[in-house]
Amino acid sequence: MSGALGWALPALPTVAGGLLAVGGRRADRPAPAVAVAVAAVTAGLAVAAALLRPSVEAPMLAGLPVGMAVDGMSSVLVVTVSAVTLAVLVFAAGEMPPSARFHGLMLVFSGAMLVTVTATDLLLLLMAWEVMGAMSYALIGFWWREDGRVRSADTAFLTTRTGDLGLYLAAGAAFAGAGTLSLDGLEATAGPWRNVVAAGLLAAALGKSAQLPFSFWLSRAMAGPSPVSALLHSATMVAAGAYLLLRTQPLLAATGWAAPAAAWAGAATALLLGTVALAQSDLKQLLAASTSAQLGFMVLAAGTGAVAGGTAHLVAHAAVKSLLFLVAGAWLAALGTKDLGRLHGVARRHPFVGAMFTVGALALAGIPPLSLWITKDTVLDAALRTSWPLYAVGLAATVLSAAYAAKAMLLVWLPADDETSATTRAISPLEKAPLPPLALVAAGFGLVVVFWTPWHRLVGGPPEPPPALTGLAASAVLVLMTFSWAVRRYVRGSLQPVVMTGPRWASSTAVNWLHLERAVSAVIVRPVLALAGALARFDDRIVDGAVRASAAAALRASSPVARRIEAGVDGAVHAIAASGIRAAAFSVRRAESPVDSVVRGVGSAARRLGRLARRPQTGQVHIYYVQAVVLLFALAAVLVLLG
Amino acid sequence: MTVLNLVIFLPLAGTLALLVLPRLGERAAGAFWITVTALDLALVLVLWATYGGGMDHETRVRWIPSVNASYHVGVDGLSLPMLALTSLLFLVCAVYSLGRGRAFAALFLFLQSVCLGLFSALDLLLFFVFFDLSIVGMYFVIAGWGHGDRLRSALKFFLYTFLGSLALLLGFIGLYLGSEPHTFDIVDLTAEPPLKDSPGTAALVLLAVGIGLAVKTPTVPVHTWLPPAHTDAPAAGSAILAGVLLKMGVYGMLRIAMPMLPEAWRRYAGVILVIGLVGAVYGALVALAQENVKRMIAYTSVSHMGYIVLGLGAAGMAGDAAAHRLAVAGGVTQMVSHGLLTGALFLLSGVFYDRAGAYDMGRYGGIARNAPVFAGLTAIAAFGAFGLPGLSGFIAEFQIFTGTIGGGGTATAVAGALALPGILLTAALFLRMLHRTMLGGPGPDTGRVTDLRAAETTAVVPLLALSLLIGIAPRFLLDVIEPASAVLVSLVSR
Repeated sequence: MSGALGWALPALPTVAGGLLAVGGRRADRPAPAVAVAVAAVTAGLAVAAALLRPSVEAPMLAGLPVGMAVDGMSSVLVVTVSAVTLAVLVFAAGEMPPSARFHGLMLVFSGAMLVTVTATDLLLLLMAWEVMGAMSYALIGFWWREDGRVRSADTAFLTTRTGDLGLYLAAGAAFAGAGTLSLDGLEATAGPWRNVVAAGLLAAALGKSAQLPFSFWLSRAMAGPSPVSALLHSATMVAAGAYLLLRTQPLLAATGWAAPAAAWAGAATALLLGTVALAQSDLKQLLAASTSAQLGFMVLAAGTGAVAGGTAHLVAHAAVKSLLFLVAGAWLAALGTKDLGRLHGVARRHPFVGAMFTVGALALAGIPPLSLWITKDTVLDAALRTSWPLYAVGLAATVLSAAYAAKAMLLVWLPADDETSATTRAISPLEKAPLPPLALVAAGFGLVVVFWTPWHRLVGGPPEPPPALTGLAASAVLVLMTFSWAVRRYVRGSLQPVVMTGPRWASSTAVNWLHLERAVSAVIVRPVLALAGALARFDDRIVDGAVRASAAAALRASSPVARRIEAGVDGAVHAIAASGIRAAAFSVRRAESPVDSVVRGVGSAARRLGRLARRPQTGQVHIYYVQAVVLLFALAAVLVLLG
Repeated sequence: MTVLNLVIFLPLAGTLALLVLPRLGERAAGAFWITVTALDLALVLVLWATYGGGMDHETRVRWIPSVNASYHVGVDGLSLPMLALTSLLFLVCAVYSLGRGRAFAALFLFLQSVCLGLFSALDLLLFFVFFDLSIVGMYFVIAGWGHGDRLRSALKFFLYTFLGSLALLLGFIGLYLGSEPHTFDIVDLTAEPPLKDSPGTAALVLLAVGIGLAVKTPTVPVHTWLPPAHTDAPAAGSAILAGVLLKMGVYGMLRIAMPMLPEAWRRYAGVILVIGLVGAVYGALVALAQENVKRMIAYTSVSHMGYIVLGLGAAGMAGDAAAHRLAVAGGVTQMVSHGLLTGALFLLSGVFYDRAGAYDMGRYGGIARNAPVFAGLTAIAAFGAFGLPGLSGFIAEFQIFTGTIGGGGTATAVAGALALPGILLTAALFLRMLHRTMLGGPGPDTGRVTDLRAAETTAVVPLLALSLLIGIAPRFLLDVIEPASAVLVSLVSR
């Protein structure tokens, strides 16, 4: 029973989604309803799995079985993933035109995430991990008629796959050092291999979670439909990287260097992408950068051993970010535009969804007593226990999150300069339905602190006290001061230009996502393309050129001979063949010498080729052919002499 | 007449029947061709179902007793997947090429017998005869039914691989002379590896055999016959060339070079490793710069074969036997996977030429609009070819990488790690191809590309379905491959 549940949980959305995706246009009409139904059943299975804790295993490669198990941390993740998927698909049923391809891909995407968070070994994890990446490609490039969106999908996929190479490396190293790919006990991998495993996992997780230096792909991921962003930025895809590091925290800690590396990568991303978020005037880009920054806190948590705190932050952030992206998507659809500039003041015309958005934005800011205030503070506490510079960076990132969240909120509440942005359609009930539950979690998940001991026991990880009151108070004061300062500043002035003061280059760097994509393009992409072009020419001119030149040289060298034999070449061919046969016949009579077999082989080959060579009457075939036969004789003679 | 002999010679009988029944119309010839290949595939499945492990279904008949050469055939875990792949690919090519005519069908049936014979051969001379006949058969496929500069491409293919086969023959003679008593029998030569006491000669023989097989595989730098041959071959010819003929090179390494020259293989494993690494990365880089779809796929084949050579090289290095078995099993899986996926890709790319007479990516774009099935199947094949999990390529490459990196030595780990960017480059080039042909705005020839016909879809879908099956549940295949790879690894480590 429990085994069947273990397979059914990821298989249901994956198989149903796969069938929908290849169903063609006939499947378009029922697709949204089917997708919602499948997601609902999957959510039910996830809850059942969280209670029953199924564990399954199947043989895959020699000595390397694959398995899935729902333990404490996984039970949190499967419920989060399937609940957010359900919310997003309900919303999509109202927002997107019916499309079997879209809804099918979304289901496969969530199925892959479910496998990722339950896999017990690197092989299955890698499989699900990369399938998720491929689905994100197909979803970001969903509107494939537009070249720009396809380019964005290409960029997103290739960037995350660059990190994925780390998982291949980690699997090889784990096999060398432990003889198994099991995720449990990676920290016991022998010798230097452990470092390779940790480095590989870190690279893969940083790529998937859009941490520095990979962050830019998340900006490109905005090219997809809004529900895609809502799913990809919250409970799936980016969350997978953080999950992997939280899961393998003992390994990171055991190496001695990987944990601090993760902590600093996360802290740096939280800080720098916070400035990027603050610099954006486009709401979706602001939210995207804030995703990177918030994921930074989770990566920081993995690096500082705050597994329970990091997981709590993951769950709360999933609710907050899916809520914010769904509202943004609803507005954009209602306005019938993709022009984000027209979102100014939109909340005034949609007060209900406006209120929902506000809950999300306040939570994102870290306003007490909303969820992210507390969950983030559990992470900061652990950072303080590790090192105070890490804590300082984390605190600065907290201040930034208050500022960019205030900006996002005011962007939609402050009246627009012109009143042209009238809505073209109402927001449908299906689009509204998932918002209140998400807002509830976004507001209330901080309650986890009240139940800290059972939560910690559920998720696991090293000993971790609940957040200290002093830390909570400190961050509350900082956040409230920043938030009110930002609100006053925005209300007084306009949202443009960017609030950041400082040198021009700094603000331009922040607006352009730290110029990361340009740097990667200049340092990696263009050189590789240039190298590819150069090698292609090298292959044509030098490698193949050498072949052509030697053929031509051989032809020239033999041309006097060739001229003489050309007229009677058929005869010559026949003669060789006949002599081969005669020799072969002779050898059959004598039947001892190995040379005979050579002669025989040549004889029959020559006969066969003689027929062949007369077919395409280019005139050159004969010459080449004669050379080949002569060469064979020469080589055979050498060999016999050596032997 | 055992089942195996029937499998080998049934297509040849089909050829003869087509030749002596000149009244058969085009349609009837096509139906006949499909029937024969389907029957042959069914026989291979019987072979698979009744396979009892080890070397099975053996037949040994005296052929040239003076040199201890016999008609000796049999199947094991290395050849069985190849036989199945060969008969499946020839069947889908028959379906795809409906209406190509009698001569085409006869030639393909002949070629099928040759390929099946090669993968069953347990005698070096027999192997060589089939090896050369495959070159002859493919020469006529390209020269007779190709397009573009087909005569030149066919000639280049012929001469290049034929010269390679001369080196191979030289190596075979060396093996013969080195064995005691002299024999060409593969089973005997494997049981008693020749040239054990003369490492210098063994190295020379490995060089000769290696050159012959390297040209056929092909590995860098002896690969330049492949792109023109593929570009100018008919779609079915390309599918067979890539799916079956290229495998003969690697198969020769598994069947002949590694078990018969274990010491030399181990001594030069580092060189082989590097050749594989260079092929994997270089092939992908050159493919990335191609504008012609078929040339691009041809270069990805060079890269894909590079991974196999990498794994076989790693299997010869010092290290963990479990890792070696994984690398070898991955190589054999890659042979099957590449046959399925690249076979599908070449059949699909034939659609470009069929509809608009050009393979240049620049002439297309946005094909998914009018030809969604064509675009969808191409996308699946492309994702499979760059190793997306869920399709067979991943199962193959993951085993190769884990077996190579996980061997325990630094050299193999570094080589494996350096080969990893190859799969990223391959992803990049296939996404680029999809973007420039299937997605985005339309190009000048997009309007001419109509969606797949029933025969084309019927030919491609089974290949992709099988790749999906192997990608998700590979046990049925690995249960056959893994014992053979274990045997091979123990033979190499003697």
